[in-house]
Amino acid sequence: MSEEQSQFLRRQKCYKTAVTLVRALIFFGFAALWEIAAQLDWINAFIFSSPSRIARTFLDMLNDGSIFNHISITLGETLLSFVLILVFGIGIALMLWLCGPLSDVLEPYFVILNSLPKSALAPMLIVWLGNNAKAIIVTAVSVAIFGTVLNIYTSFTGTDPDKIKLMRTLGARRLQILTKLVLPASINTIISNMKVNIGLCLVGVIIGEFLAAKSGLGYLIIYGSQVFKMDWVAMSIVILCLMSMLLFKLTDIVQRLVMRIF
Amino acid sequence: MNAILSLKNVCYSYHTADGETEALKDINFSVSPGSFTAVVGASGCGKSTMLSLIAGLIAPSSGEIYFNGVPASQSNMHIGYMLQRDNLFEWRSVYRNVLLGLETQKKCTPEKLELVDHMLGAYGLAPFKNARPSQLSGGMRQRAALIRTLALEPDILLLDEPFSALDYQTRLEVSDDIARILKEQDKTAILVTHDISEAIAMGDQVIILSTRPGRVRDIVNIRLTVPGKERTPFNSRSAPEFSSYFNKIWKELAQ
Ligand SMILES: Nc1ncnc2c1ncn2[C@@H]1O[C@H](COP(=O)(O)OP(=O)(O)OP(=O)(O)O)[C@@H](O)[C@H]1O
Ligand SMILES: [Mg+2]
Repeated sequence: MSEEQSQFLRRQKCYKTAVTLVRALIFFGFAALWEIAAQLDWINAFIFSSPSRIARTFLDMLNDGSIFNHISITLGETLLSFVLILVFGIGIALMLWLCGPLSDVLEPYFVILNSLPKSALAPMLIVWLGNNAKAIIVTAVSVAIFGTVLNIYTSFTGTDPDKIKLMRTLGARRLQILTKLVLPASINTIISNMKVNIGLCLVGVIIGEFLAAKSGLGYLIIYGSQVFKMDWVAMSIVILCLMSMLLFKLTDIVQRLVMRIF
Repeated sequence: MNAILSLKNVCYSYHTADGETEALKDINFSVSPGSFTAVVGASGCGKSTMLSLIAGLIAPSSGEIYFNGVPASQSNMHIGYMLQRDNLFEWRSVYRNVLLGLETQKKCTPEKLELVDHMLGAYGLAPFKNARPSQLSGGMRQRAALIRTLALEPDILLLDEPFSALDYQTRLEVSDDIARILKEQDKTAILVTHDISEAIAMGDQVIILSTRPGRVRDIVNIRLTVPGKERTPFNSRSAPEFSSYFNKIWKELAQ
């Protein structure tokens, strides 16, 4: 390795460490400021909570085990609705692509349903499906499914027509054009769509839990605010932050695995 | 009659919401086995349409295409079609790109794989088997696309301006390569080109199409004397008859 190259690498490394340091500084600085403000009564800790109160609440709930219940319910509902969106989103997009007239007929309906604020549907879904996890999952699915179908379908139809012509010159049938050209060409769109969806699922699950749950982080937030247990609310929000970060990282890993297969 | 391919009064029109485009009108010509036919004509005169008709991707509006005297619908002639763009798939390695046709036709037999390996070696792509298409030069990409087409062992090869994306130097080299490959394998080929010199250098006959709707204006048989050497596209260019053919075709195209 040349002197210049190693110098370049060293500078690169320095820069990365600096970025990480500043990030950590912001995080701890914010937490410290919050704690001090609460201790010195600049803000009302009863309403705004504080890092130490959040930690205490968390430890209490850890001791009686109830936190696991809330986290696992929210996480489970999110993952389940994510998988449902993945399967149905790709499945419906494939069906539309394979059947041109069907897509011509249905496209405006998807556009309307996609632009509808989905939280408007949630109360109705809960009346139909009952006060249970089923209603919450359907709510979460409804938040992302229409956009997913539109997005993936648009990517399918955007496949280079010259490449489709090539497949036909090689004697490929429609299903082969799909598996060997259209799907792999759209894999990037599908994955970046799924990265957005994991966040949308969490949004949908929390909306559902606000309206129809007896456990889960969404329930904890809405119940906490009703009985003025703001520590519960703040803690749930912090856990949600961590959870969404974790889920996003997970999709990142899946992306890398999928890319290696293709 | 021993023509491997003949077109009889073939017409083709495109229909769109904006109206009808007559692309080809009363096309008649035949091609003998093992020969090289070049097709020249102005942009938009229907050259690509003609290849798509021969390849069976679209059906003539009227007229009939025959392979060895048998109507196209009843014939099982294998047609290889090399498009203007190489269309290599970036998510596949060079090797898996070359196998694409064999995969879709479920013909990945050991003999075919051996043929592919042989061609990759012979045409200088063996070291790049596992590379991505973006790591190849323009000429190498064209050769990969050619191997993809030849792997299916077509009886007739259609080439739609395969060299237009290449610089002049590479273009001369690749056309020599391809002419040699086709001669070795005794293939019948039809080449569409904008380049009159290329048509004369490579073709046994040159078909001149008129502007749209494309009709056959003339068919010129090329007889070149290349003393003491085998005829290749490159040394054809220095044959004494070359410039008179060039002028003849040039005038007919400009009409
Ligand atoms: N899918 C299509 N729909 C409607 N019109 C078309 C279509 N494809 C081609 N055409 C028209 O048919 C005519 C012939 O097209 P074609 O692609 O065969 O020309 P070409 O001779 O190959 O041209 P070039 O040299 O530019 O490649 C053109 O005028 C074009 O506008
Ligand atoms: Mg063309």
